[in-house]
Amino acid sequence: MSDSTAISNSAAAETHHEHPPYQRHHFETVEQQADTTNFAMWLFLLTEVMFFGGLFTSYLIMRNWYYPAFVEASHQLNIGWGTANTAVLIMSSFTMAMGVWSAETRRKGALVLCLSLTFVLGLAFLGIKTIEYHEKWEKHHVPGLNWSDASFLNPASDPEVHKDYPGDQPLAPDMAQKAQMYFFLYFAMTGMHALHMIIGISILGFMIVRARAGAYTTGHVTYVENFGLYWHFVDIIWIFLFPLLYLISRH
Amino acid sequence: MDHISPVLWQFLQKWLTHFALFPPEASKIAPEMDALYFFMALVSLVGLVIVVLLIVSFSILYSKKRHPKAVQIEGSTILEATWTIIPLGLFLIMFVWGALLYFRIYTPPANAMNIYVVGKQWMWKAEHPGGQHEINALHVPVGRPIQLTLISQDVFHSFSIPAFRVKREAIPGRYTTVWFEATTPGTYHLFCTQYCGTNHSQMIGDVVVMTPDDFKKWLEGSTSGNSLAQDGERLFTSLSCSSCHNTRPDARGPSLANVYDSRLTLSTGETITADDAYLRQAILNPSQHITQGYAPIMPTYQGQVSEEGVIALVEYIKNLDSDYRVQQTLNTTDLVPESPAGKAATPGKAPAAQKEVKP
Amino acid sequence: MSAATIVSLPDQSTARIPKMNFLTKENGLLSWLLTGDHKRIATLYLISITFFFFIGGSLAGLIRLELLTPQTSLMAADTYNKVFTMHGVIMVFLFLVPSVPATIGNFVIPMMVGAKDLALPKVNLLSWYLYIIAGFMVIYTMAAGGVDTGWTFTSPLSTHYLNTHVISTGLAIFVAGFSSIFTGLNFIVTIHKMRCPGMTWFRLPLFVWANYAASILMVLGTPVLAITLVLVVLERTVHIGVFDPAYGGDPILFQHLFWFYSHPAVYIMILPGMGVISEVISTFSRKRVFGYTAVAFSSVAIAVFGFFVWAHHMFIMGISNYAALVFSLLTMLVAVPSAIKIFNWAFTLYKGSITFETPMLYAFGFMGLFTIGGMTGVFLGSTGTDIHLTETYFIVAHFHFVMVGGMLMAFLSGIHFWWPKWTGRMYPEKISQFAAVVTFIGFNFTFFPQFILGTLGMPRRYAAYPPEFQALNVFSTAGATILGVGYLLPVLYLTWSLKYGAIAGNNPWQATGLEWQTQSPPLTENFLETPIMDHEAYDYEWLEQQQQKEVASVG
Repeated sequence: MSDSTAISNSAAAETHHEHPPYQRHHFETVEQQADTTNFAMWLFLLTEVMFFGGLFTSYLIMRNWYYPAFVEASHQLNIGWGTANTAVLIMSSFTMAMGVWSAETRRKGALVLCLSLTFVLGLAFLGIKTIEYHEKWEKHHVPGLNWSDASFLNPASDPEVHKDYPGDQPLAPDMAQKAQMYFFLYFAMTGMHALHMIIGISILGFMIVRARAGAYTTGHVTYVENFGLYWHFVDIIWIFLFPLLYLISRH
Repeated sequence: MDHISPVLWQFLQKWLTHFALFPPEASKIAPEMDALYFFMALVSLVGLVIVVLLIVSFSILYSKKRHPKAVQIEGSTILEATWTIIPLGLFLIMFVWGALLYFRIYTPPANAMNIYVVGKQWMWKAEHPGGQHEINALHVPVGRPIQLTLISQDVFHSFSIPAFRVKREAIPGRYTTVWFEATTPGTYHLFCTQYCGTNHSQMIGDVVVMTPDDFKKWLEGSTSGNSLAQDGERLFTSLSCSSCHNTRPDARGPSLANVYDSRLTLSTGETITADDAYLRQAILNPSQHITQGYAPIMPTYQGQVSEEGVIALVEYIKNLDSDYRVQQTLNTTDLVPESPAGKAATPGKAPAAQKEVKP
Repeated sequence: MSAATIVSLPDQSTARIPKMNFLTKENGLLSWLLTGDHKRIATLYLISITFFFFIGGSLAGLIRLELLTPQTSLMAADTYNKVFTMHGVIMVFLFLVPSVPATIGNFVIPMMVGAKDLALPKVNLLSWYLYIIAGFMVIYTMAAGGVDTGWTFTSPLSTHYLNTHVISTGLAIFVAGFSSIFTGLNFIVTIHKMRCPGMTWFRLPLFVWANYAASILMVLGTPVLAITLVLVVLERTVHIGVFDPAYGGDPILFQHLFWFYSHPAVYIMILPGMGVISEVISTFSRKRVFGYTAVAFSSVAIAVFGFFVWAHHMFIMGISNYAALVFSLLTMLVAVPSAIKIFNWAFTLYKGSITFETPMLYAFGFMGLFTIGGMTGVFLGSTGTDIHLTETYFIVAHFHFVMVGGMLMAFLSGIHFWWPKWTGRMYPEKISQFAAVVTFIGFNFTFFPQFILGTLGMPRRYAAYPPEFQALNVFSTAGATILGVGYLLPVLYLTWSLKYGAIAGNNPWQATGLEWQTQSPPLTENFLETPIMDHEAYDYEWLEQQQQKEVASVG
């Protein structure tokens, strides 16, 4: 960042003139390249924080306004699946971190295995999410498209949930309607998160092919590292979504 | 003028006679607003003249011809501090001055006469307390503070009277207020200034400022027979509000007499003042606005009462200083159980009311 | 060298455009479409941005024609609404936001910091493709029937009341937003990590500082717009959402989220322009910019304060009076760095040795018009006068003074300034000076009457208006005609100069930036060897010594 590093970088460049194949022509040294792309990834994640920030802000405001509706609506989420998904994601973060380590230590087989595991866990997450979305559709909890206030006007009409939360009172009609707002935000937030997962999984697929060809076990691990950052970031978003959507209103 | 085409000549004539450069000052606040406006214009002019003078004089003095060799100067802390602090000072004066005006324009005096204005695509509907309705027009007397309570039925609109130098957004879902005191009788423009769809530019009208006598005559001549509060009373009955909000010992809702402007404790423990906004919310989103000690059983009237209807109800509740009228309506509805209003007692259904209020 | 100019061109009889340069390195369409070279991408951007500028400009012409008469005579009200919406969308998102950064910034920033390219060339190319996709989506929208929300997409109008192509426009802006995020990200990374040896932060040209500040705003502000548009699109699709008051949503929340980006966006647009002006004023007065640090930090100050003034777009919208107070105060504070810049530029002229080539004329135009634009911004930042003036033609005039009078002037100034570097050829000086003057006159004719119209209370976005406003509107339309000529001229003579212009040589303006110390047009790698920055920015004495050395060595 300081000019002294810039100078030392160029000094290093003068000493060895042969560039490894993965060094892009416009960088002086591999270190500069790694440093630069790493910095770019962090900046991009900052952008992503602002992106999700808008959603979180909307959620917090609406939750504050329509607290009873948000509480009862969150009881409708399946905490079992939610917890399972959290576990899946944390595991995938672990395999991803192991992948980065394997790349750093030039273990090709381990790298391919780790990336493949991450890939599978990512797909598992999406699978579970699909089950959850399907459940919402069945229960008419999709705002705008397939919606019914019934579970909130009369919680007893939904015995499965009611058995876990016998304290849930019937909501007044105007408040029951606001449960739609919760589910709108639920779908917007988890949907945006899932979109990030899908993008991540696609890149993973591409990386597995490249890893098999040995592209990341040459000592140049920036690509794997940066992707790891992205993957952990998507994971962390979920770590915020899970308590906000599933846990916060349970006792 | 033979060599000028008659069409062009007509145009020129029209312009010369119809050429406005500054809006009329027709309210008490207008001259004060203009004082700040001209102060700012003066500061801007002086600033611009300084910048232009600097550029022009330096360009002449230090053009390459006259001054072939530039003298390098790093900067000057004193000079830079000067042009940081002086603009800052001026801006702060404008800030304070502007804020004083802003607070005055958006803080209506207690004795102001309230007129409700509903904006909808693409017209303004004004509702006087005496029951006079106006569309795309507003009649007001001279020399009396007028408060406008604005709301929009659909999208954002903005109520602007340039001659009075006031403007306020009409927002869907909440009341906003603005006030003015007209000083000069006449007819002035009324604009919607917030883009609101296809016929945005047709959402204009006239503000007619009259002498108090003329205004009185106008009020008498345009009355619809019912005051706004009376409209509200009819609605109150037809929506069966009185079946709960009465003074009987077993009443399921709180009494509404003198409720306006009083402090209420809600079921959430919160204490609030029952103002227009609260009353509106309590009708449309009752569950969050339950008075302490009552069950949350009131149905929502969202989608069943138009904004005009809500305004009439609010006006009625505002003027309820005893329960006498409520009891009266109660008695009449009890006597005539066959009336459609009586049937509509089931929560959430008020077909008769709907027909009555929807324009 | 004549006394009235600093232009020093090589001997035209022997001078040649260098055979090896970034334009000739490879041939064929693919070599352009798959390029990673920042200069080629900048060229692609320049062409596409000019294209969209003229589409947006023609729409502006239609607006002015319609407003010639008080009635809706040329087109129906809904057509008019679509025209001004498309004008706004195209000009803001497809012209102003990417204008200076993506073209000039892309072209010169790597050279200014002494790098071979931007840090992420592929991301840079991706950014251009995103821009083009967004552009096609906007063109599709226009072809399919347009959109009439206004560029501000005010909910609930945009989400529930209009049946035009809101979704495709919203997604277009979403995509354009990511294009701008990637440009900003690339700049920040490049400026942090790619500086050549000796290039400290305080040796960077002020153009780099200005773009750095703008990039911060792009990276942190644009994603908020993106998510807001996603919410709008979702709300339109499922007919319920967080902005709809009928279901308990809050349209004011939309305003907050939208302006959280769209106010900083104003600084995204103007800051790079300010950077151009710093370069130009310094070069043509042969002097280091007066108070370099103050100008550099004022850019950063604008970026930082710029994030905390968004609610001044909502003074009349029912935000609490005290919130208005705070945001008004912050707005006043953000006006100060702009004032500092103007005076610092003016004093850069002091004891300089000034010449009046085209870029300098545009820069003078910028200073005058931006002063007016900035001061009228204070009228709107002060809560009291804002009540009367907002949502009228006063605000239209204000932001056109800043955006067109300021930013576009700066853009043209920059284009004329770096054109010789870009193409290796000079444009005809006299006619370009003429174009600068025509633009200035036309601009004032067009937009000054609108201040008076706004004070009279004429609302913006009106297809029809009361007849007493006609005289001023006719003036404005007449001015727009002149302005149009002023904008067409550069296209003609700059295109002409591509083939017939005089050979410019490395450094026709005798400027000090590193980009001028290499050949024109530059090599793909910019420099033969990594430059070493051994002097301060704008060090004209260093430049003179350098030239003397060269003469000595050649002689």
